[in-house]
Amino acid sequence: MMGHWIIAPVVLPAIMGAAITLLMRNDLLLQRVFSLGATLLLGAIAAALLWSASTSAPEIYLLGNWPAPFGIVLMLDRLSALMVMLTALLALAVQLYAIGSDWDARGRHFHALFQFQLMGICGAFLTGDAFNLFVFFEVLLIASYGLMIHGGGKDRLRAGVQYVAFNLVGSSLFLFALATIYSVTGTLNIADLAVKVQMLPEGDVALFRVAAVMLMLVFAVKGALVPLQFWLPATYANAPGPVAALFAVMTKIGAYAAIRFGVMVIPPTTPATGTLIADLMMPAAIATLIIGAIGVLGAATLGRLAAFAAIASMGTAFIAISAFTPAATAAALYYMVHSTLAGAALFLIVDLVTQRRAHDRLTEALPPIHRAGVIAGLFMVSAIATAGMPPLSGFVGKLLVMQALRDQAPLIWSVILISSLVIILGFARAGSTVFWKAHAAAPAEAPEHAPQGLAFTAAFGLIAALAALTLFSGPVLTWMEATAAALHDPSAYIAANQLPEVK
Amino acid sequence: MELLVASALGLLTSAGVYLMLRQRTFPVIVGLTLLSYAVNVFIFAAGRLVTNLPPIIDKHAHAYTDPLPQALVLTAIVISFGMTAVIVMMALGAYLEAGHDRVDMTETDAETQGEAK
Repeated sequence: MMGHWIIAPVVLPAIMGAAITLLMRNDLLLQRVFSLGATLLLGAIAAALLWSASTSAPEIYLLGNWPAPFGIVLMLDRLSALMVMLTALLALAVQLYAIGSDWDARGRHFHALFQFQLMGICGAFLTGDAFNLFVFFEVLLIASYGLMIHGGGKDRLRAGVQYVAFNLVGSSLFLFALATIYSVTGTLNIADLAVKVQMLPEGDVALFRVAAVMLMLVFAVKGALVPLQFWLPATYANAPGPVAALFAVMTKIGAYAAIRFGVMVIPPTTPATGTLIADLMMPAAIATLIIGAIGVLGAATLGRLAAFAAIASMGTAFIAISAFTPAATAAALYYMVHSTLAGAALFLIVDLVTQRRAHDRLTEALPPIHRAGVIAGLFMVSAIATAGMPPLSGFVGKLLVMQALRDQAPLIWSVILISSLVIILGFARAGSTVFWKAHAAAPAEAPEHAPQGLAFTAAFGLIAALAALTLFSGPVLTWMEATAAALHDPSAYIAANQLPEVK
Repeated sequence: MELLVASALGLLTSAGVYLMLRQRTFPVIVGLTLLSYAVNVFIFAAGRLVTNLPPIIDKHAHAYTDPLPQALVLTAIVISFGMTAVIVMMALGAYLEAGHDRVDMTETDAETQGEAK
């Protein structure tokens, strides 16, 4: 039993963010120490929550002690604990990188915004209330707007405006969906929704189907599903490197919410919606994977290459999610953890290259960069992980997805396999332009650059996490299967809410 | 009253969507604001439209209106207000840096993209 600790991942970054803004805004060293300390503490709390969630039943936290479904609740179950743990791990690596590469010194309030961003992400994962999910989405978005334009510059600000405008439309759509759901079901508590949606009267079905599709559209915006992916390439390519790496978990929030609602609240067995969501999501996911792969091959800059690789990975994850079977959900969870770590590693390594080069365009070769050997090695490993080649976890993840979707083999297998090949080609092209052709282009001696040991530590740490995910893929997969089983049979989650009997 | 609210909602939404598709940041922001007004009224209407009924306990009341959408609308108003302020600031920053306020990033921008940041 975790009791009040369930709200700690929300409260701790909130207090720390405020304290950094108010008390230490002029002292970068103090900010770094306290912010890093808070992230470490968040990691410890997340580990305890993960342990508790995997050994006991889902647990509820009543804010203000109002009983569900009247009050707002936080829910700790295996899925939310997993996502909070993943966020804490990623945040630690990103923060080490930001400190090591001095990115946090290029503008003000990096650490405060970073903590508010963590608060929003952890809250979105832990909440058991659909409207509260909207509120935490807005918290994490408003912090991400600040982080995205950290450091300033023309392109970054213009890409930032597009990003904010796109997400404001998404938020409006979310509110339309929530209001429609409330007017039909009279509740916004997720567990209560899961119960009430199953016994919706005939007359409300049409309205609910509209709301369900709008809700999934919002999650598709967050998860960068085609045709709602347009915000992602410009945003990720123009955001500061460590921020883009942190954003690797932001697309996963869309996937998380799609799993939470698509599997728990409106599974394909629901009389009101049937297979509507799956029928819409599967073609979109396949298109996402194809467009991501083509984007990787055709990207003009390294930043856009990494951004399109992120889109492709969301395509694979959503293909697995939209099957809505326990095996596919387990595969999707494994692949989501992998692609978060791999995507973040790729963005950090791309930033290492960009910092040492005059520009990150792939159209011309530039002289070799400082420490080209180490960086090239890192780039190759992260490219292998992202493309899904053996021996790293991307291969295991794609294998699991393909195995779970055996019955739709001809189409899905060929899309996944061919897109992987295209992605490998794209990475090979980029790597040879940046690292190999560099020797042909003028001065043999690389210009000096600060060593940035901490930045390299962060990149190596993420690669090590990927290696661990590969080595322990057996136990991890067993754990994911239990999580997927709990999602497909949410009776324990609903029971934890202690809902009043329906008369 | 239903007709009035519904048509106002439709008008606000369509005007918002039209403005949102313009090429300059100012109409886009106005469009987003109109859309957020529309969504606020929509949430309010989700609790059913009734007249002269109190949302909170009242000794003399014979019936009540649903108080939850009213609380949700308050939250939504505050959030959309804050978000609008943020996008106005960012649009101003982008306008001052770039010298124009076009929303789309054109080919000439793409050529300067990827410079060391």
